[in-house]
Amino acid sequence: MKNKAFFGCFAIALLFWACDQYPYEQGKILYTNFCENCHMADGTGLKGLIPPLAGADFLKNSPEGVPCIIRGGYKGEMTVNGVVYDTEMAGIAKLSDFEITNIINYVHTSWGNDFPIVHLKQVQEWLKPCENVIKPF
Amino acid sequence: MKGLVYSGFLVMLFFACQTNFEPQTLPILGNRDVGPNGDTIYHKIRDFSFINQDSQVVNNASFAGKAYVADFFFIACPTICPKTSKQMLRIHDRFKTEPNLLLLAHSVAPKYDTVAALNRYARNLGVESSKWHFVTGEQAKIYDIAGDYFSIAQEDPSAPGGFDHSGRLILVDKNRQVRSFCNGTDPADVDRFMKDIEKLLNEK
Repeated sequence: MKNKAFFGCFAIALLFWACDQYPYEQGKILYTNFCENCHMADGTGLKGLIPPLAGADFLKNSPEGVPCIIRGGYKGEMTVNGVVYDTEMAGIAKLSDFEITNIINYVHTSWGNDFPIVHLKQVQEWLKPCENVIKPF
Repeated sequence: MKGLVYSGFLVMLFFACQTNFEPQTLPILGNRDVGPNGDTIYHKIRDFSFINQDSQVVNNASFAGKAYVADFFFIACPTICPKTSKQMLRIHDRFKTEPNLLLLAHSVAPKYDTVAALNRYARNLGVESSKWHFVTGEQAKIYDIAGDYFSIAQEDPSAPGGFDHSGRLILVDKNRQVRSFCNGTDPADVDRFMKDIEKLLNEK
């Protein structure tokens, strides 16, 4: 009985600790490896050339377009916060649906961004238009 | 008596720590040679002539009497270039009204980075050729001059984007001598570098 109580307390303590952990650690690492060179560590992009992600209205207004941009890239004009950008972005076809979801959630919760969390199922739905992008594995 | 000597020593030690060891002028970097008259010959940026984003010739004379910050990049670069361009832009904004400092970005992919492409790049950044030259030219000449700036530029099909280059920003004085450099992807190192620029501009 005593043991049970002890383990109960321990489990609760563990839960608290777990809640302290940042949930999008993988998204952060992937962002650093695949996105940061252009969009910058602070999500500010590069003036006139690379759109920001921090405070970007595009993420808020068109989240459904984002997964396919990450996977397949983007070519042509894009307006973010009233500024027109026209630099081609290369896609990262090797990222899994799950990894794309984690990157989006990292971006949605960083640098003051407070955009809704996206779920894997939703992201997979949004990825349907770019199903033809060939994954290397 | 002994006590006096010791305390004198301690006082000296104290002052030793107060001394500012930071040199007041920036060193002249690079290999040195001894000339025929025994004078020192310093490393210098060679003669060059490239074309900028407004189709104007940019050569040594374009920087006569001025200091400049040089770097190497290419437009379609998927790796460090946006970061170095961002730091160059920081330097540009900070010294915008300083007439004695210019910026010079060399494309290491001149066959793709045409005058029109460089013009568009500069326009998007919101900068003018009167302050910041983006130059293209003969590829071999650009790769050769990179060595003068202690930088590397080369075509390498295995590198991301097809070209390899260092992300260094290099400070050159009005005598074409290299005085300081920094890692153009590291904002903290660029902070230090901007202090060096100020120091150089304050030189007589």
